[in-house]
Amino acid sequence: MHNLNFDISHSLAGGLVLISFMMLYQDRLYSLLNVFALHALTLSLAVAWQAYIQNAPHLYVTAAIALVFKAIIIPVALHRIIKQLGIHRDIETAVGIGPTMLAGMGLVALSLALMLRVTAEADALAREDLAFALSVVLLGLLVMVTRRNAVSQVVGFMALENGLVLAATGAKGMPLVVEISVAFSILIAFIVIGIFLFRIRERFDSVDVGALDDSRGERR
Amino acid sequence: MTLSAFNPVAGVLLIPIVAAALLALLPGYRLTARLNVVASLLTFLSAGALLLIPRAAPGPYVLVDDLNIVFIVLNSFVGFTTSVFSASYIAHELETGRLTPAYLRFYHAMYQIMMFGMNLAFMSNNIGLMWVAVELATLSTVLMVGIYRTEAALEAAWKYFILGSVGIAFALFGTILVYMAALPVMGEGPDAMVWTLLMQHAARFDPALLNVAFVFLLLGYGTKVGLAPLHAWLPDAHAEGPTPISAVLSGLLLNVALYALLRFKMMLTINPEAIEPGSLMVIMGLASLLFAAFMLYRRRDIKRLFAYSSIEHMGIIVFAFGMGGPLANFAGLLHMVMHSLTKSAIFFAVGHIAQVKGTQSIARIRGLTETHPALGWGLVVGVVAIAGLPPLGIFMSEFLLVSSTFARQPWLALALVFGLLVAFGALTLRLTGVAFGEPRGSRAPVEASYVPMFAHLALVLIAGVYLPTPIVLWFQHVAKLLG
Repeated sequence: MHNLNFDISHSLAGGLVLISFMMLYQDRLYSLLNVFALHALTLSLAVAWQAYIQNAPHLYVTAAIALVFKAIIIPVALHRIIKQLGIHRDIETAVGIGPTMLAGMGLVALSLALMLRVTAEADALAREDLAFALSVVLLGLLVMVTRRNAVSQVVGFMALENGLVLAATGAKGMPLVVEISVAFSILIAFIVIGIFLFRIRERFDSVDVGALDDSRGERR
Repeated sequence: MTLSAFNPVAGVLLIPIVAAALLALLPGYRLTARLNVVASLLTFLSAGALLLIPRAAPGPYVLVDDLNIVFIVLNSFVGFTTSVFSASYIAHELETGRLTPAYLRFYHAMYQIMMFGMNLAFMSNNIGLMWVAVELATLSTVLMVGIYRTEAALEAAWKYFILGSVGIAFALFGTILVYMAALPVMGEGPDAMVWTLLMQHAARFDPALLNVAFVFLLLGYGTKVGLAPLHAWLPDAHAEGPTPISAVLSGLLLNVALYALLRFKMMLTINPEAIEPGSLMVIMGLASLLFAAFMLYRRRDIKRLFAYSSIEHMGIIVFAFGMGGPLANFAGLLHMVMHSLTKSAIFFAVGHIAQVKGTQSIARIRGLTETHPALGWGLVVGVVAIAGLPPLGIFMSEFLLVSSTFARQPWLALALVFGLLVAFGALTLRLTGVAFGEPRGSRAPVEASYVPMFAHLALVLIAGVYLPTPIVLWFQHVAKLLG
């Protein structure tokens, strides 16, 4: 039975890494959002599975938050924002798809090599989880770095936070404080983002972060 | 409420929260600005009471010990003086129409939430709670940096938000790794996140995991400290937000992140097999110092100039704690306190200067000592202090640091002195014209409250001339704790 437990959580966490890769090559905002919703859905499954095998009921709350908030509410809200702003057509990438995918593979290899080495003494489940979680964090970071559009940077950031939630649930018996705070921070972050997107729009008629660079005080 | 029933720990945490709720609801800027001052004063008094009242044993969430009490008192003191400055600064911003009353209400509520976040970060005994508190303080300042809604302010807030969030994400990952390292020794559950308990068992934690955790924590909290090369958000956020926020960002928020880093450094120092965290900190500190010192030369915006100066001083402080040992730690602590006081005083002066001259451009501000003697000389004293000249406090801490470094690592000391001199030259070059020379720009009198600025400068001067023995003993004790 233990092996089955391990296999399922392994494939869920691995699936999360795979979906992170899918984010890297999306070239439409809507599809990026859909992939993000899938990412959050997979996360909530992974967390719920951890809650079951660790016998930790509080993790179900985290899974529910991930499902309702990140897989449904945020993608829907961002869909609406994109529609209102009329920026659904494309994502300006700062780096080409090919190099981005290669960089992503490099990051995953790096995080596996690093985490598997230093967690040699931890139990196998936690090791895999941490290694995958770090991959998801780094891939989220890569999405943020390679996109010039504010909305897709936000999506990258939320994917990064999914990786953190995965890491926190993989750490056995970690107190609820952290999970709530992660969810809470996303909530606040989203409010902040909502406000800023509209302000940026007001000022620039665009949410391309490149437009912001031009207005920088000292580069004139 | 009788005095004996009064709990200063609760006071420091509850007053800002209650005040934030009140300020969010109350209309009228005169009233709210005053309420902000009163609440900050009460918080400061509660923090002062912490020094007098015997401390409770550390709980699972809240801890007051010899290390953090210094920071709590300093934090609430600068928070109080900044609220006084903020009241006179904001009145002017309303007159010129840069802010509307609705934004002001928001601003004051956020100010108190930020104070709450910072005090909570200092007091928390739980590394998860500490992370939450730092994040809270950061998000509230993000909102305040963007408050002017100009293009530059929005860009600054966006950059600050993105970089700050990535930093805080790394810090959380590091925190999780610390928990994982503690897990086999301390067992599952909340105990493995309580700092005082972690410290008791840290010697037996898995060193490899601790090492990786520290790298993440250094990158994460280091972003907030503003260490090069993670500093990119800092100059923009300082330059484009309201000046009171620049004062608390430089004077306080950087300290909060540094304090978090110090706690984890202490944990690694205890573990005999973990890497020695000092060398990493020395490298990053020195890099920040040298980088910022050279960047100072090309600044044209006066707030940006002092933002880079903050990066420089954070570099010096991180360098000092990286060197470690009683003397360097003492210098680092003293420098932290002196930098907070001096840099916030400078930003008070700069805020009024920018208002009266209507510009932040260094080239367009000239001859301040003639047009506005009090402001001009205040700025001169502040710059003399921040450049590390005697007899002010920063000279003393830099002197201690340089001499202790010379005794142990002469080559590092050379690099340190070189950085200090380069920065000194840049500050003199850029700011002589601002203070002296042919007056330019408006001569209109400024309706400013000079009390906060001169109070800070006086403290820095006193500390430079004579540091009272109890404070010296206290700092020595804390320096020993830091290892």
